[in-house]
Amino acid sequence: MSATNIDDPRVIEFDVRTDEMLINMGPQHPSTHGVLRLALRTDGEIVSDLEPHIGYLHRCAEKIGENLTARQFVPYTDRMDYLAAMNMNLGWALTIEKLLDHDVPEKGRHLRVLICELNRVASHLVAMGTYGLDLGAFSPFLYAFREREKILDLFEKTCGARLTYSYIAPGGATADLPSGWTAECSEFINQFKKVIPEFHTLLTTNAIFIARTAGIGVLSPRMAIDYGCTGPVLRGSGVYHDLRFHGEERYTELYDGYEFDVICADSETGKYPDSHQEVYQDGLEYPDVPADAILGDCWHRFYVRMLEVVQSVRLIEQSIAKYDACSGSHGEPIKLTQKLPVGEAYLETEAPRGQMGFYVVSDGQSKPWRVRARSSCFSNLYVTAPLCRGVLLADVPAVVGSLDVVMGEIDR
Amino acid sequence: MSEIALLTQLKDKFGDGVVAVELDAIDAWVEVTASALVGVCEFLRDVKDYHFDMCNCITAIDYLHTDPKKAEKVDWAPHIELVYHLSSIATKLTLVIKVKIPRWKDEAAQQLPEIPSVAGVWTTAIWHEREVYDLSGVNFIGHPELKRILCPDDWEGYPLRKDYEMPLGYHGMRGR
Repeated sequence: MSATNIDDPRVIEFDVRTDEMLINMGPQHPSTHGVLRLALRTDGEIVSDLEPHIGYLHRCAEKIGENLTARQFVPYTDRMDYLAAMNMNLGWALTIEKLLDHDVPEKGRHLRVLICELNRVASHLVAMGTYGLDLGAFSPFLYAFREREKILDLFEKTCGARLTYSYIAPGGATADLPSGWTAECSEFINQFKKVIPEFHTLLTTNAIFIARTAGIGVLSPRMAIDYGCTGPVLRGSGVYHDLRFHGEERYTELYDGYEFDVICADSETGKYPDSHQEVYQDGLEYPDVPADAILGDCWHRFYVRMLEVVQSVRLIEQSIAKYDACSGSHGEPIKLTQKLPVGEAYLETEAPRGQMGFYVVSDGQSKPWRVRARSSCFSNLYVTAPLCRGVLLADVPAVVGSLDVVMGEIDR
Repeated sequence: MSEIALLTQLKDKFGDGVVAVELDAIDAWVEVTASALVGVCEFLRDVKDYHFDMCNCITAIDYLHTDPKKAEKVDWAPHIELVYHLSSIATKLTLVIKVKIPRWKDEAAQQLPEIPSVAGVWTTAIWHEREVYDLSGVNFIGHPELKRILCPDDWEGYPLRKDYEMPLGYHGMRGR
């Protein structure tokens, strides 16, 4: 094939074969979201094979869990997905409560929804900001962190910590919300709602962003399920599955009486739910799906997160009203040396990055016989290899970033 | 969940392959033999009205009391239990499969116990089984690339075994 008569310059890139080269990406590469090492086999600019190497952050949390009581293990769950520590606390708390058959009072239930959805917003903001960074856009990161900082300030007022909260504990939460906190939170939500369209201007509808993400790393629904992908990665492929709706009763009952949508493109029309208009009464229209985007590509995974932020805002508004209407206890945490009954319990929750599961086996002591953490990112990351085969080297960060992995959770 | 109907189907199809069924536990589980495991998993993935198309988690639990006094008090012999947590995207059901295997194939020679791999049923099991191999020391027969995943390749021992002892050092770094 002669190179003189080609209209599309990309054709040359894909046509020429060169010597294969092995390239190490990471473990310190800034776009790998932590200490992830990717061993790439490249043919010129094309990635012909890729293998993720993990374990650099392995702290054997499961073994530690066997040597601590259920209550003592809470801080270790913070350090799994440290960007959504409240959601990690909740997963562990619910699993222990399931084993103990312990129920949390109404006020504690709304407190948990409020805190966890707020943390989901913070987590998705990081996902959005760092995804921009991966693709070379620096400004969205600053906008995202400006808003996230306000959420962290709110969290600091509840428990004193800004990243590793240990706030939600088996039995309830370590403390009730301070007085006036919900008013501050509403104030933040009202201000934050106006900022969300800015993010869409910065990234979602940005021509360069669309060119870098639309049609890249397409994950089919069938493959997503086979590879055990969950969370926004699964829903980005058009699979209607969200544990807040479809999970176990102990988890879904938290959301009883709440109105929100599962963000997932309709399988026939390809349209996303438009319930965000209830949040924005002034008739805000969300950007249409660009023509180049294919369901299951990087752009869709990103967009699902962006729309989930609005759903979380809806949930936060409802939970503030419900929480304020409740009186009584928020639920006292279990005792430090609480004995666990003989038996085992497994429970998965919908953390921002996917389904986070905890499994506890007890022989009747206060320390569990076995603790297991099922990481969502662990399964999500595995799909990078098939997604990256055949893409350009520069698109690898686009694919990895769209999966939004946190290494603390993968390595545990 | 209509477990009973599914379990009847399982019993009919696999007979002695289904060892025990516990419906009263917090999460209902079915125990199967190691030899029937892959068949059961394939059946569960494809069975009409259930379709357990997602393998959420694979766990190995080491049952061993290192203290002989405590070992006397329990009614089980040392063994490893593998637990497969399955769920279905299509029907939103969940199921737990258990398999009991010995702790060693040959303890004197430190040969790992064997179990057939379910990597051919759910691709996600490839990494989950690698993790179980790495931390609990179980050899998955038929696995495409069974090697350590979280620990370094030259790590010795299986950390989640109850009789594991932390090494004194690793490449000049102090262990304990």
